[in-house]
Amino acid sequence: MKYDVVVIGGGPAGMAAALKAKENGASVVILERDVRLGGILNQCIHNGFGLHYFGEELTGPEYANRFKVKVEQTDIKVMLESMVLSISADKVVTVLSPKEGLVHIEAKAIVLAMGCRERTAGAITLPGTRPAGIYTAGAAQKISNMDGYLVGKKVVILGSGDIGLIMARRMTLEGAEVKLVLELQPYSSGLKRNIVQCLNDFNIPLHFSHTITRVEGMPRLTGLYYAPVDEKMQPILSEEKYVECDALLLSVGLIPENDLLNGMDVKMSNITSGAVVDEYRMTSMDGLFSCGNVLHVHDLVDNVSEEAEIAGACAAKYALGELDNKGNKYNVNAINGVRYALPQVVYSGEGKVRIFFRVGAEYRNTRLNVKCGDEVLLTKKYQIVAPGEMQHIDLDKSKITGDITLELEA
Amino acid sequence: MGKVDCIVIGGGVVGTLILDELAKTNLNAILLEKENDVASGASRANSGIVHAGYDCVPGTNKAKFNVEGNALMWKLVEELHVPAKQCGSIVVAPKEGLKGIQELYDKGIKNGVKVEILDREKTLKIEPNISKDIEYSLYAPEAGIVSPYKLTIAATDRAILNGAKVVLEANVNKLAYNNGEWTVWSTNGIYKAKYVINCAGAGAARINDLAGACHYETEFRRGDYFVLDSTEGKAVSTVIFPLPTEKGKGILVAPTADGNVIYGPTSVATTEGDTATTLDGFAEIKKNVALTYDKPNFRKIIRTYAGVRTIVGHDFIVEYSDVVPSFIQILGICSPGLSSAPAIAKYVIKLLEEKEEVKYKDDIVQLPKKKKLLELKDDELNALIKENEAWGRIVCRCEKITEAEIVQAIHSPLPATTVDAVKRRTRAGMGRCQGGFCGTRVIEILARETGKTISEIKKDMGESQIAISRIKED
Repeated sequence: MKYDVVVIGGGPAGMAAALKAKENGASVVILERDVRLGGILNQCIHNGFGLHYFGEELTGPEYANRFKVKVEQTDIKVMLESMVLSISADKVVTVLSPKEGLVHIEAKAIVLAMGCRERTAGAITLPGTRPAGIYTAGAAQKISNMDGYLVGKKVVILGSGDIGLIMARRMTLEGAEVKLVLELQPYSSGLKRNIVQCLNDFNIPLHFSHTITRVEGMPRLTGLYYAPVDEKMQPILSEEKYVECDALLLSVGLIPENDLLNGMDVKMSNITSGAVVDEYRMTSMDGLFSCGNVLHVHDLVDNVSEEAEIAGACAAKYALGELDNKGNKYNVNAINGVRYALPQVVYSGEGKVRIFFRVGAEYRNTRLNVKCGDEVLLTKKYQIVAPGEMQHIDLDKSKITGDITLELEA
Repeated sequence: MGKVDCIVIGGGVVGTLILDELAKTNLNAILLEKENDVASGASRANSGIVHAGYDCVPGTNKAKFNVEGNALMWKLVEELHVPAKQCGSIVVAPKEGLKGIQELYDKGIKNGVKVEILDREKTLKIEPNISKDIEYSLYAPEAGIVSPYKLTIAATDRAILNGAKVVLEANVNKLAYNNGEWTVWSTNGIYKAKYVINCAGAGAARINDLAGACHYETEFRRGDYFVLDSTEGKAVSTVIFPLPTEKGKGILVAPTADGNVIYGPTSVATTEGDTATTLDGFAEIKKNVALTYDKPNFRKIIRTYAGVRTIVGHDFIVEYSDVVPSFIQILGICSPGLSSAPAIAKYVIKLLEEKEEVKYKDDIVQLPKKKKLLELKDDELNALIKENEAWGRIVCRCEKITEAEIVQAIHSPLPATTVDAVKRRTRAGMGRCQGGFCGTRVIEILARETGKTISEIKKDMGESQIAISRIKED
């Protein structure tokens, strides 16, 4: 089997990348491990998707379906229940599926769009027992929204990531009592609108700077102890409190699922846990592109789609020998309160390039400066800027004459 | 149920290896386990180390069974297709620890164990990442690692293939000896036998009491552990111990037989069944690992767990009761219990031989080796998928476990009936996402294969259902 562009993952990133690659004249296959296209959007039955991309408010499955319908109208080959086992240095993708068996696909370009996974109780070394009743928020969301079952009736949520917030509302609507949401940081990593619509509207308390000190109960969760943390993030045990619960949902971080790249010579960022990419979303390996949550965790799917379209278009051009870049290559650095900026590499030339970035903490009345050497290319004021909301700026490529630095003014 | 020769109480590694040994003989046997799977106590949560035997007090049961058990282990794991590796161990010490190393060496020689004292340079050749202060080590090349629960499960499966019976959820609550036979009452039936073999682990003293045998005081010590991602699996190639203390062998750094790395255990006095990890325990592990190992990578932790050692006095007890007849009591099998289990099983047969004519069968059925996706060649795999497409359907993404392997586990001689039972047999859910993706798929497959509903499927022991009710249902 041979394709110009092999897209790994059939969620929002994979579908958008595949469609753009097709539009640019490439032959395309999507390798999706689940039984249907759409990825995690299929279980996100709440609305709020698509405001930027489609200019209207859609549910997750509706958003996914817009792309799925388009994919079906093309001759993009879709392989479902297809798990990629490896990628070779010469871009042979080995994939396993029940229908086609073990297949080696020769790709001219590959787009990584595998999404992310959730941090687990184990990864955060949650102390106490290991009973039934502790789930990542996404797993609980799948059990609730896809399978139609409840995982508990008295719920505590650790972490105020978006899935946790969404699940606080979902569990409430499905008849459970959400007792509280605990967040280790002094701020939420979720979207402001989700805090308002999912917690405040339902009077669910959110305690910042709090963590769980011990979970109790075997074989089922019966309750847990929690406490505020000091400035070193250590729990203040003298202020420990107990809450009875039979389910604990964890929304403590998402990790780009780049396990396929283990052992491959691809430059990774230890801040995003995704690959380092240039403005075409190409990684340090020629012809290997990355987009969506496998590249860096997004808060809005609309941004995922846009990013994936860049990757898909450029992958097609690369495969067809049309991605000729005559500009100079410059790094994009993030310092002084800017946690990361992406893409990490840009080129001089014509037109504009959009740089996405996240800050490392909540800042009020601050200013972003984008510098090229000593020259300030752009400055932007923010009344409030928080880690939970990805920001972007657009730069004139003609003005890029050296490495770029994004920083917040002290 | 008619009368059998032996009732084995307790489905830990000791009980199941005894059952496996009995099943190879003319004696028929039944094993009663109180939980819904074997390896539900200490045999599921320990360090998985096959100790060489240098640190047991010479002349004790511990020394004898450890050394004999280590020698028996490597053939046993090969027969049972259990992941294991004779990777060797080092006890490392700073300059001032040479005396302690020398003492261990002397004990090792007395116990008949191959040991060698190495300086820093030679130690580094075995383990390049020992901590900077380490000057000496005691190297024991015969030590190794084994998956303790897979050993327990495989022994059970082979025993069943050879005619033994296993009754799960059979918590023994009464024993009586009358007219030359034992009657054992349990929460899952009443059983009669000539002999009772008590290897109930944490509950063994309780079984002794119920049987009217000698009463023993039991101590429990809990040990917390970290499990690291398999991406760290190659960072450590041997088992690294600090110098032992009165509390135990100390906090080790070791590869696991399945390709992860563990740091632990702590050693804290506790009560029966307390496997809750603690913040203090985690802090202690972090502090101590750094003393022996230079490259701890706590960011790669994917799981924590705790196991409980059951301690009765200073030595293992493996003997006939001198209070009640035909009652073999096995108590206090703490460390090095896993290493000793194969030898204890052989010794129990010897004890029975004192009173019974024991003959080994000629036609012992061996466990077929289960196929694993990652071990198959391309054409073998494609042939399998043609026959059964479940071989092409990966359920556990992290560990690359197919639906076929999960179905196989559910239909094993001792069937896996819970999500964790499937996990222990296949590793589905043991990877870095900890079942976040595959957990619900495993539930669906379990429900389908066992004819149960989704909300009947349990995570693990007891009432540990995962999906507690349909949405909007009371």
